[in-house]
Amino acid sequence: MKDKILGIFPLDWRYDITSLPYVRSVLKSRWVPFLIIVFNLFFFTIILMAGVVGGVSAGNYNFAIMFVWILWWVMLMLVFVPFFSRIWCSTCPLPAFGEWIQRLGFLKVRNKLFGLNRKWPKQLKNMWLMNFLFLGTTYTTGFLTTRPIATFILLMAIILGSVVLSTVFERRSFCLYCCPVSGFQGLYSNIAMTEIRCKDPEVCRNHNVSTRAKALGCDYQQRDCVRGNENGYACPWLEVPFNQNRRNTYCGMCFECFKTCPYDNMAFNLRPPATDLVLDKKRGLDEAWKAFMMLGIAIFFFLIMQGPFGFLKDWANAKTLAGYLSYISVHSTFNLLIFPGIFFVFSYASHALGRTELPLKRVFINFSYTLVPLGLMAWIAFSVGIIFANGSYLIHVISDPFGWGWNLLGTANFPWTPFMTGMVPYMQIGGLLLGLALSLDIGFKIARQTFKNRDEAVMGFYPIAAFLTVTTMFLMWLFTG
Amino acid sequence: MKNGKLILLIIIFVLLTSLSLTLAQPEAPREREITIEAYKFAYNPEIIEVNQGDKVTIRFISTDVHHGLYIDGYELKTDAIPGHEGEITFVANKTGKFTMRCSVTCGAFHPYMISYLKVKPDYRLFGSILLALILFLSSIVLMVRKER
Ligand code: SF4
Ligand code: SF4
Ligand code: SF4
Ligand SMILES: [Cu+2]
Repeated sequence: MKDKILGIFPLDWRYDITSLPYVRSVLKSRWVPFLIIVFNLFFFTIILMAGVVGGVSAGNYNFAIMFVWILWWVMLMLVFVPFFSRIWCSTCPLPAFGEWIQRLGFLKVRNKLFGLNRKWPKQLKNMWLMNFLFLGTTYTTGFLTTRPIATFILLMAIILGSVVLSTVFERRSFCLYCCPVSGFQGLYSNIAMTEIRCKDPEVCRNHNVSTRAKALGCDYQQRDCVRGNENGYACPWLEVPFNQNRRNTYCGMCFECFKTCPYDNMAFNLRPPATDLVLDKKRGLDEAWKAFMMLGIAIFFFLIMQGPFGFLKDWANAKTLAGYLSYISVHSTFNLLIFPGIFFVFSYASHALGRTELPLKRVFINFSYTLVPLGLMAWIAFSVGIIFANGSYLIHVISDPFGWGWNLLGTANFPWTPFMTGMVPYMQIGGLLLGLALSLDIGFKIARQTFKNRDEAVMGFYPIAAFLTVTTMFLMWLFTG
Repeated sequence: MKNGKLILLIIIFVLLTSLSLTLAQPEAPREREITIEAYKFAYNPEIIEVNQGDKVTIRFISTDVHHGLYIDGYELKTDAIPGHEGEITFVANKTGKFTMRCSVTCGAFHPYMISYLKVKPDYRLFGSILLALILFLSSIVLMVRKER
């Protein structure tokens, strides 16, 4: 019997969007995604300027804060990542300068990249650095979302960081292993309902490479999509595009492989949600921790931004140094130790009940991926709580981006208008229950992978299912009760 | 058969909890006057609780600058500056948790200036917890059946 997600969508169902007319030729054009990057660059220039000159002390009347933290962040969680994987990275203007410097140009292809092109250190080829950089960024959440200049500093740090690292390390090493918003996009894009994979593995297998290369066992490095050619660059994200057993995590959706493949064998697929989570490949503690931290941070962000406790807001706002240090230590301890610790207890129970020969560590890592759907839904619940209440500020700031008293679109005096706030709790509950259903479903499939025998799988699944259910109940209570 | 027993136990547990929740009697409605103080960037008390059907009057006081109070879901609004109180009167006929937020820009943390109105009994929460339990049980039942 074929496996299905939620008992509805067959795991291997795919629809190639590029089979529609024009889509492939658009993706093969060197103007895509270049033009969108240029447009976003213009937009982010306004954001950066607003971060400096739009000096309204209250963040809700600042263009930079509103567009970055209300619109962009919410779009990432609500639309981009769940539906289109890392499509944002495809159009992100922040590392563009670094990439253009490497390529010494905008549109032409020049496969010899400028810079030192060093290999990224092996020990850092994982999410740990991004985990800590992201955690570090959350320490400043009280400033980032309320003080325009803090947003300016963060964006500039990303831009400068990517320029510097691009000249030292090969291709998109910065995006792969440093960008603070890269890790969660990578992890949560496992759920995405789209992917970039090769169309027909048989074509890739027969893709003509020299017999010598084949004999040397390095033939895959000779394929156009891996090596680059006159039409496009070698995968900037260091993926092996034609590898069918990869996850969305590190594919930046730059579409270079569409341009390089001489057989038009790359596909942009629609697929059932969360299929990558079932793939038993390259799972690791770094991604497990990312999953714990993201869920924990969603809880903290909710308490700070949508909770009633003034002392927490004072902590995050650094009203007193002691308060700020308490925030940092409670926040870090919970996300790095306590929450993973609780999950460890449940994995221990699963390991004991399931009586598998596999090491406990494997069980712990495998099941940590069940937190991905629930975690994304927690972020979605958090995001709808923000956007419906505060989205109307966007209408104001778009007319007066720099706080200079402009009224570009005639909406500068648009009052604060909360929208459908009575419905928000129902959306949050609906989202979280959907997250639970997906998480349970993935847990169930991972249990069967992890425990080879059926009775053990059932026993090993109980504690994890209980953990997911209790966590969902807690989140529903936190958000809506 | 160990699994069968475990599932039976869980089902009984769920039925008992849901029974006790549905039998929870709401208290008789009454009139309440509640004073809420606003300061940068929170309210005192942080959470107010009333029962369904209560006639609620909120006296709204600001202790520092101009603040507002907007009740999600009820879509009611008032504001206050030191020396000038605001007031809202309404019948709490909708149940659940409603976020109350500041409606007057008052500083950096203004959008996060929040307190809760909880109108008991919270059927929505009971319902959603029950749904979560049902999902939990169905996943286990499905798993056991599939593995047989
Ligand atoms: S990893 Fe970060 S900097 Fe790189 S493209 Fe994605 S969002 Fe932009
Ligand atoms: S270049 Fe095309 S055909 Fe060759 S391996 Fe890559 S995707 Fe497959
Ligand atoms: S070239 Fe690499 S990063 Fe770009 S879309 Fe293809 S696989 Fe993804
Ligand atoms: Cu206020």
